[in-house]
Amino acid sequence: MSTAKPASTPVVELRGAVVELPGGHRALDRVDLEIRAGEIHALMGQNGAGKSTVVRALAGVWPLTAGTMCLDGAPVHVRSPKASRAAGIATVFQDAQLLPHLTVAENVMLGREPRGRWGIDWGATRRHAHELLTELGLEDLDVGQRLARLPVATRQLVAIARAMVDEPRVVLLDEPTAGLQQVDVDRLFAVLRRMRDKGVAIVFISHFLEQVFAISDRITVLRDGAKAGEIAVGDLDRVELISMMLGADLPTLQQLASQRAQHSEVVEGVPLLRAEGIGRANAVRPTDLALHGGEIVGLAGLRGSGRTELARLLTGHDRADQGRLFLSGAALRLRGPRQGMLHGLVLSSERRNDGGIIRGLSVRDNLILSLQALRGWNRPIPTKEREGIITWALRAFGLGEHVLRRPVDELSGGEQQKVALARLFVTRPRVLVLDEPTRGCDIPAKVDIQRLIATLAGEGGTILVISSELDELVRLADRIVVLKDRGKIGEISNGPGVSVDTLVELIAASD
Amino acid sequence: MTTESAPKAGERRSSILRSQYFGGILAIVLLLVVNLIKDPGYLSIGYNSANGALVGNVIDILRAAAPVMMIAVGMCLVIATSGIDLSVGSVMVVAGAVSMEFLSTAPDTVGSALLALGLALGLSLLLGLFNGFLVSVVGLQPFISTLVMMMAGRGVAKVVTGGQNTAASNGAFRWIANGYVFGLPVVFLLALLVVVLVAVLVRRSALGLMIEAIGMDPTAARLAGVNRRGLLMAVYSISGIMAGIAGVFATASVMTVDVSKTGDQMEMDAILAVVIGGTSLAGGKFNIAGATIGALLIATLDKTVVFLGISSSATPAFKAIVIVVLCLLQSKRVREAFLRRKSAVAAPQKEKEVVA
Repeated sequence: MSTAKPASTPVVELRGAVVELPGGHRALDRVDLEIRAGEIHALMGQNGAGKSTVVRALAGVWPLTAGTMCLDGAPVHVRSPKASRAAGIATVFQDAQLLPHLTVAENVMLGREPRGRWGIDWGATRRHAHELLTELGLEDLDVGQRLARLPVATRQLVAIARAMVDEPRVVLLDEPTAGLQQVDVDRLFAVLRRMRDKGVAIVFISHFLEQVFAISDRITVLRDGAKAGEIAVGDLDRVELISMMLGADLPTLQQLASQRAQHSEVVEGVPLLRAEGIGRANAVRPTDLALHGGEIVGLAGLRGSGRTELARLLTGHDRADQGRLFLSGAALRLRGPRQGMLHGLVLSSERRNDGGIIRGLSVRDNLILSLQALRGWNRPIPTKEREGIITWALRAFGLGEHVLRRPVDELSGGEQQKVALARLFVTRPRVLVLDEPTRGCDIPAKVDIQRLIATLAGEGGTILVISSELDELVRLADRIVVLKDRGKIGEISNGPGVSVDTLVELIAASD
Repeated sequence: MTTESAPKAGERRSSILRSQYFGGILAIVLLLVVNLIKDPGYLSIGYNSANGALVGNVIDILRAAAPVMMIAVGMCLVIATSGIDLSVGSVMVVAGAVSMEFLSTAPDTVGSALLALGLALGLSLLLGLFNGFLVSVVGLQPFISTLVMMMAGRGVAKVVTGGQNTAASNGAFRWIANGYVFGLPVVFLLALLVVVLVAVLVRRSALGLMIEAIGMDPTAARLAGVNRRGLLMAVYSISGIMAGIAGVFATASVMTVDVSKTGDQMEMDAILAVVIGGTSLAGGKFNIAGATIGALLIATLDKTVVFLGISSSATPAFKAIVIVVLCLLQSKRVREAFLRRKSAVAAPQKEKEVVA
């Protein structure tokens, strides 16, 4: 952790920056921001605080309505992404915009392919891409591989490599670590530090406090579109910052944990859903699993441990090629997600933009789509019932009524996640499988979602939660099943003696 | 939503002005004005007491619009699923061929007219189902599946009539396209009725929502539990039946099926009508009212071309110009540039809101 050098002049500076969106909403309100060369600058704040807006303003996606942006002290007008790039600012957005059907090399070099006499020099393109990736510590990656075949974590790194093509002076990273494993995060951070030491200015958004502490030199905290403060990490009073982020929500979390502790008990009888040696070639080794009514079971394991794949088998998203499923003791064969849903086995996918919510449809339509699809097109949900469901969903998930008619992709990441979950909750699932339900959410949203999970279990619903944040599992789950290398390696009953360390040891030990 | 009702009235007026098919309405009016300039009596409507019919150019336009309305509405649903149905013209000729071939030997009764109608629509439904099967079960591209049907359909029609342009006479069948009720052509009233029925079916049930969901994001829709296969079958079947109705309309007016001309290039008219009506070819949101207006515009355009005496060789070019202008007017960029010019205030950005 190096301390900031206040002497260096800011590369990019915002003075009194205002961004007003159509409809008069002021997404950014007179924000001052200095981004210095050779510094990693973190933006913190809750969902909707304006972090992504700052990034969008700097990237030229949402030009400033008022205020000035300065480049090396001189005012500039950045009114388009192109102008931003020309000013030496590169951006990696939250949902990295890559082309899944192109190869890694093509994605990294898109629009910057070296040209020879006969057009694009593909050999040089691949070489150059390889060099860039080597800098990111990804030299093991096959640049000829199609992006769609790579895990999310690797795609994120490819997106960053893509931003580095132009050798930018400022790199904006909007939640680059969302959903990344610690190993990948470490690798990413190593690269960021190397970039910083070369004099690149880096703007970094993350919800993970520890990551922000670990990587950044300076933190700007935003609240409701305005700047709440700026701190050099060296002088940081963590408690102050954390309590500011948590607000009144910390006691709620603690209360939740104690409630779950009381709820935790030994379950007996016929399990609601039982898997017997269920597996799929190259995805999940034969696994036994039993879920009882009203139980929250956590699925712990690293990315690639088979946790997502197992979740997909249990809900019919993928077909198992071995083993059997039993629902309330009766054998069950699933041929697709719709069938799973008709039996009340519902999966919330880890990537909400890829198979989750439907962009372009309004929040209202997204909320009722699943329920309506299960009832069939010819049995429209009566207006009264529909309004009841929507009101319930809005209240339960803490969403404002004003969001209803807007296309869901206009909402913030946390709100989108809530809609993605709410539409499944309203189908009243018997077994709800949640893959990373709180990913990319700020702490209040996380608390909301965890509270809803606990409530659903309290009402007799059965929930299987997958989470990279082990403390979330420890807080929520009655039992925790640990996966590793595509198979189950253990199962522990949650209780006072179980902590994150217990799980980490379990995952680490069984080698 | 009581809170939203207050600004609604003003909003509604501007939403009509802004609506995607406003351009279509405007174009119809402009074309009529052009015709009116050439002949001040263009819009006059007379009354023929012999058969209780209103007569006039506008009535002719309505009559001519009926077949296009049918295929445009079917096409609109298909396009909303991000598909396309190139076979509508061929399904039209099949429906026409079957009904004419049957009627040419059947007695001139209402019963045989109904039977001919049933045969035509039944066969169209089958062809639509087959399209749906190729798209949803086999998984072929909609373009290819319906292109195959487009070529095969005309062949089927020729086989049915033995390559002849079969003519028939049946009073009841003829009445469908040439009769009048309340002074208006039966064919237009029927077309309007079918459009309303389809619109009600789609919007009152959840069919519309499902179609849009599939058109916007097939993967997510499937994971949300939408029955993609069944839905696509249904949509292509609807398109098939609609084309069948159009075929009946087109042949009943002359009581002859022309195996090489009936329905020829009608798929293009249908696609244009849908696009003019503000439905994106990318799928998703669709607009049945818009497609209907698009169909009316195409009929108006066809009649105008004839009325202005534009030489038949220049007709396609004239049509193309009108449509290009219309599409330009609808393009977001042109609109924004236009709005920016009109007022110094920046045009409303259609960019995403609040994703902070």
